[in-house]
Amino acid sequence: MNVVSLLFYAFMSTAAFGALAILFSRDVFKSAIYLLITLISVAALYALTYAEFLAVAQILIYAGGIAVLIIFGVMLTTRINGRPLSVQNKHLFSGAIVAVGLFILIIQYLPDAPVSGKNLTPDGISPFAMTVFSRYTLPFELAGILLLVALVGAAVITSHLKPKT
Amino acid sequence: MHSYHALLYLGAFLFCTGLMIVIVKRNAIMVLLGIELMLNASNLNLVAFNQQHGPSHDGQAFALFVIIVAVCEAAVGLAIILRVYRYFQTSVPDEISELKG
Repeated sequence: MNVVSLLFYAFMSTAAFGALAILFSRDVFKSAIYLLITLISVAALYALTYAEFLAVAQILIYAGGIAVLIIFGVMLTTRINGRPLSVQNKHLFSGAIVAVGLFILIIQYLPDAPVSGKNLTPDGISPFAMTVFSRYTLPFELAGILLLVALVGAAVITSHLKPKT
Repeated sequence: MHSYHALLYLGAFLFCTGLMIVIVKRNAIMVLLGIELMLNASNLNLVAFNQQHGPSHDGQAFALFVIIVAVCEAAVGLAIILRVYRYFQTSVPDEISELKG
């Protein structure tokens, strides 16, 4: 087993560990940190499967943006009365049944053998840039507009906060 | 086990864990964390299939758009959660049962 596959399985196990830790944790802040661990591990997996640009985008957008946003949200919503909020669980049994059942169903239908197609070669990120900026130019620009609209909308929603009297 | 296969298993595992978090947790922010986990699982599948079916990069481009839409969803969702928390003084989704503002 060479170093790359060792790293691969190490990052896979940290990603799975982070997801399970979110499930079993009762503290929202710690859950956000565990989500950060999972996101960074998934970014490392992207880098190991020749998706380097996605790895960087994952770290910049998810780990840098969403995780910080969620941690801000946690601090704004759970610490108002001074003590950390303990999250309750409900529907534990039915949730476990649905999740395990769906997992079994999915792994039943996974393709057994790797398809003998042409594997992606580690040829850098310039072919990816050519794909995004030639075939997907219009969706890319529309995604930028969507991002702008969503951020302005979020700012409008959170302004003029007033508590219910 | 082939690494492509392992990635598909990890994607399925992350998706099911995210689904269980969404069902089980009684806090809106935890539900949002579960949704982010599910989106990541789908991205992992896209990247794994793209690695197997070269030399085009369509799967990675699709994953990039999924990431962008996930950012929009998280921003608007957190804004709504903050607003609802200030208004109803709770972040438990089950206790928010009236639409009247």
